[in-house]
Amino acid sequence: MSLQVSPVPRLALPSRPKRRWRRREVIWAALLILPSLVGFIAFYAIPAVRGVFISFTDWDLLTQAKWIGLENYQRLLKDPEFRNALKVTFYYVLLNIPLQTVLATVIAVMMARLSTSVLIRAVLILPWLMPSVVVGLLWLWLMDPNIGIINVTLRSLGLSTIPFLNVPALAMPSIALINIWQYVGYTALLLFAGLQSIPGSVYEAASIDGASETQMFWKVTLPLLRPVMVFVVVTSVIGSFQVFDTIAITTKGGPVNATKVLNWYIYEQAFSRFNMGYATAISMVLFLMLIVISAIQMRLLRAGESDL
Amino acid sequence: MYRRSLALVSLLTLLAVLLAACGGATPTQAPAAQTPAAQQAPAAQPPAPSAGQVTLQYWLWDANQLPAYQQCANVFMAKNPNIKIEITQQGWGDYWSNLQTGMVAGTAPDVFTNHLAKYPEFASKGQLVDIEPYVKRDGVDLSIYLPGLADLWARDGKRYGLPKDWDTIAIVYNKNALDAAGVTLDELNNATWNPEDGGTFGQLLARLTVDENGRNALDPAFDKTKIKQYGLIINGAGEAYGQTEWSWLAYTTGWKHVDGLYGTKYYFDDPRFIKTIQWYADMMAQGKIMPLELVSSLGGAAAFNAGKGALHANGSWMIGEFANNATFPFGFARLPKGPEGRKSMFNGLADSIWIGTKHVEEAWQWAKFLASPECANIVGDAGVVFPAQQSGVERALAAYQKRGLDVSAFTEQALEPGGTFLFPVTDHASEIVSIISPVMQSIMLGQAKAADVLPAANAEVNALFK
Repeated sequence: MSLQVSPVPRLALPSRPKRRWRRREVIWAALLILPSLVGFIAFYAIPAVRGVFISFTDWDLLTQAKWIGLENYQRLLKDPEFRNALKVTFYYVLLNIPLQTVLATVIAVMMARLSTSVLIRAVLILPWLMPSVVVGLLWLWLMDPNIGIINVTLRSLGLSTIPFLNVPALAMPSIALINIWQYVGYTALLLFAGLQSIPGSVYEAASIDGASETQMFWKVTLPLLRPVMVFVVVTSVIGSFQVFDTIAITTKGGPVNATKVLNWYIYEQAFSRFNMGYATAISMVLFLMLIVISAIQMRLLRAGESDL
Repeated sequence: MYRRSLALVSLLTLLAVLLAACGGATPTQAPAAQTPAAQQAPAAQPPAPSAGQVTLQYWLWDANQLPAYQQCANVFMAKNPNIKIEITQQGWGDYWSNLQTGMVAGTAPDVFTNHLAKYPEFASKGQLVDIEPYVKRDGVDLSIYLPGLADLWARDGKRYGLPKDWDTIAIVYNKNALDAAGVTLDELNNATWNPEDGGTFGQLLARLTVDENGRNALDPAFDKTKIKQYGLIINGAGEAYGQTEWSWLAYTTGWKHVDGLYGTKYYFDDPRFIKTIQWYADMMAQGKIMPLELVSSLGGAAAFNAGKGALHANGSWMIGEFANNATFPFGFARLPKGPEGRKSMFNGLADSIWIGTKHVEEAWQWAKFLASPECANIVGDAGVVFPAQQSGVERALAAYQKRGLDVSAFTEQALEPGGTFLFPVTDHASEIVSIISPVMQSIMLGQAKAADVLPAANAEVNALFK
């Protein structure tokens, strides 16, 4: 996906003058791109094209696939579980993205303007360095209603138990919190890199004009951060539409389908209900949705332009 | 120049490795498309074993049983020096998805532990070797198994496994909790139950449910928002089968899941079933059974071992779990007696042979050995599960006794006439679980009434068979 989103590399080398590339450089560039290109073709392009074909078939993995045309897509339109999965997924994105982006921006600004400690920066991205499975298990134990430390603490303070992951109303917010905890540091780091590329002279000019710290944030920092912000928001929206691992570890789509997001539903249809063709059709719809949503976002946020 | 070519070489090497990896990951056709030799009936004479050393892959999911089956494998390998058994153990969740993807990729194990809820699907997709011709050829005596167990693995004249163990359900009790409430083991063993008022079992649960002020649920001042000890803990909402959760009460009303072995009609809309499930939901709302939202994904046994409940319903395969982890004196009691007596699900496992195996004859020899008295006695001595043969059961009882465990609550249930019912083996098991699980959860979370949601869900289930 990062192939489509170019603002970050451009920003990272903002002052590079345009010139003819030397042959040597072209060879090196091609060589360096090659490994990831091979991976892209083998693990994304070929399966995606194959997926289009599979989505028109009735295939249970073990017996011969049968061509059924658009039947899977017609079934989608009438499937209440698919509608629930769509609803639940959008709900998750709405819970996840605004809070995560705001928190990450605040942390990034604090890192840039208040603290230069390498230690703090390292600590911030620690949760992101942990494998998702470990994060899921960690929070599963922390949030356990009987023996989890959060609830033990709540009870010792005379409060009642909060069944975070075990009631429909709380399950999705709890998952969103876990994932924000995991990714906010990484998102902040990206924004922080964007902040570094804003020239100090702009701030000097603003302070000579008598701007306060708050005004500078709204009038200088945010507008100039926009291209990086677009990258961050677009990639995290794509990522959160594809939420899976935390749910697979903690709730497995439950309770009462409250966390049965699109990706979990796809997994369930494919690998426990043996409906590979139908699962692939849902994947195709998710794919198209993500393309449209990303295009709209990039258009609205004018991703290709920079105010610098 | 040297540096550059070095870089080139390393890049090319990387590329080659990547390509090789991709080749392995490309989806391959399921072997079912071909006609493996295994589908043909075996020759009248045992064919000559494959030349040289043969390695068989064997999978199971229960880590507790691994040492016993490793011992079986060692004995088998000593007898058959040309066959090597490699055992892989994986947790229940991963086991089935890995098995299935292994079948697609052609890397599934030659022999694997199979479950009654899963095997019809594999069989209907042509993934299991029909062992009936081998059973006939070798004259395997099916009468050595406990009654009913072998039949569960046969369908339309074909057979997909030989039974190797069985399990029943009983009540585990926390002895300290019983003593504190003045409940005797005799009272518990003779408890009765009905879906209207819960019978004496319901009364016992009320006496055993205690709040933080030490008041039990019969006390008018009982505070159900601050419960210290629940009367009963179950493992969850029970998905579609409720093996350890609700089947042991629902069946005492005369209800059953389905109209017989390989049935095509489910009865989740039966008034007796609806009443039973609603009783559970009401008990949870009153705090006498641990509410579903507090039963974590770590399972009911973890909560019971942490002292959160007086009673806990679970299967005989969990005996060792309590012996190893309970921090208080515990014991096993009989299930309560319902309107039609005591009922426990009688479930069993078997070993199946995958259709894609390259060594059918050797795989059959191993599967046959796994279901033989010799291996059953080894498994019995390990005292982790009840083998499918009487001799093995006796060895298991002796092994449990040596550890000071009285497990007669499980065995008496199995021996009681009419005391057991079989696992409801039907097609579409995974679809049924997907339909029923959320409905059971919503009832037990108090979000819906059983009578309002079960009939519609049942209609959806039965539509699968049309």
